[in-house]
Amino acid sequence: MIWTIIIIAGFNSTLAKGESQMKAEYLLQGKKYLIMGVANKHSIAWAIAKAFNQAGAQLAFSCQSEKFMEKTAKLIGTEMDSPLMLQCDVSKDEEIDAMIKSIGDQWGRFDGIVHSLAYAKREELSGMYAHTSREGFQLALDISAYSLTAVAGRIYPLLNPGSSIITLTFDGSQRVVKNYNVMGVAKASLEASVRYLANDLGPHGIRVNAVSAGPIRTVSAKGVKDFNRLLDNLDQKLPLRRLPSAEDVAGATLFLASPLAAAVTGTIVYVDCGQHIIAT
Amino acid sequence: MSVDAKVKGIISDQLEVAVEKLSMETTFEDIDADSLDIVELVMALEEEFDLEISDQEIENIKTVGDVIKYIESQV
Repeated sequence: MIWTIIIIAGFNSTLAKGESQMKAEYLLQGKKYLIMGVANKHSIAWAIAKAFNQAGAQLAFSCQSEKFMEKTAKLIGTEMDSPLMLQCDVSKDEEIDAMIKSIGDQWGRFDGIVHSLAYAKREELSGMYAHTSREGFQLALDISAYSLTAVAGRIYPLLNPGSSIITLTFDGSQRVVKNYNVMGVAKASLEASVRYLANDLGPHGIRVNAVSAGPIRTVSAKGVKDFNRLLDNLDQKLPLRRLPSAEDVAGATLFLASPLAAAVTGTIVYVDCGQHIIAT
Repeated sequence: MSVDAKVKGIISDQLEVAVEKLSMETTFEDIDADSLDIVELVMALEEEFDLEISDQEIENIKTVGDVIKYIESQV
């Protein structure tokens, strides 16, 4: 008798799992998303693009330069159904305007943006934060934080009600992480921007949220001095006893983009295997 | 495959230069690698050889030969 129950329970959970996987395939069916910030196959933006593609979304990619565009196109290969490829250096208003015009011309209205880009000079990501230069500070905040505001403020008239804007952040915004320095300040500004943008765009039916990813090996992370050391034995200190992956981040981003998160806005979702609750 | 050939293969893949163009003396400047290319290369090497290359080591790497010598000293 006991065995029967176990088997039935096992069967049911398999069924439930299969069902939810099936639904994930349709979460973004018919939706169009702009993905900003793919650099290479390790990019969180790339993991997100793959998840959105599997969920049925049509994608546009914006790349900072021709070089990134070629690299992104190579990654995409034949994996996705002819996405829009756009060039946009977010430090230039005219390039943002041109990108938005191009999306408007080709798509008309669409359903959201994933903003997964940041920049700071390498020399600002080591040593004392107190030594950050004025120029380095401005550059980091311009690219990493203001770019979200610049894009969101121009693009929202093209977004359908129910749209979702998602940006990527890191807990170095809330706590001091060695060498993260000016990027922590930029991420704090980005997270505050999420709240103000959520309030501005909410009446238009647009949600704005951030995913705070744990440390993941990407080219951006590797720009932070001694990043590898941040990961030493970290998994053993985390509640889930493992490190988060780009795919984990993509899952939470997919949730925020989907109607499942219809009432979620202005928030920061931590995808860090619980790191933010641990005192170190 | 020797470390030498493996490393050259990875560099050739990552930076899109023909293997024949890579000698021990080739500098990363010669093959127009920017800082992002170097980071990507380091990630690919770390993955392939299952090791960690410290920031200090990266700063010391100027030529293809430097990479090969470093990897050989670690594996």
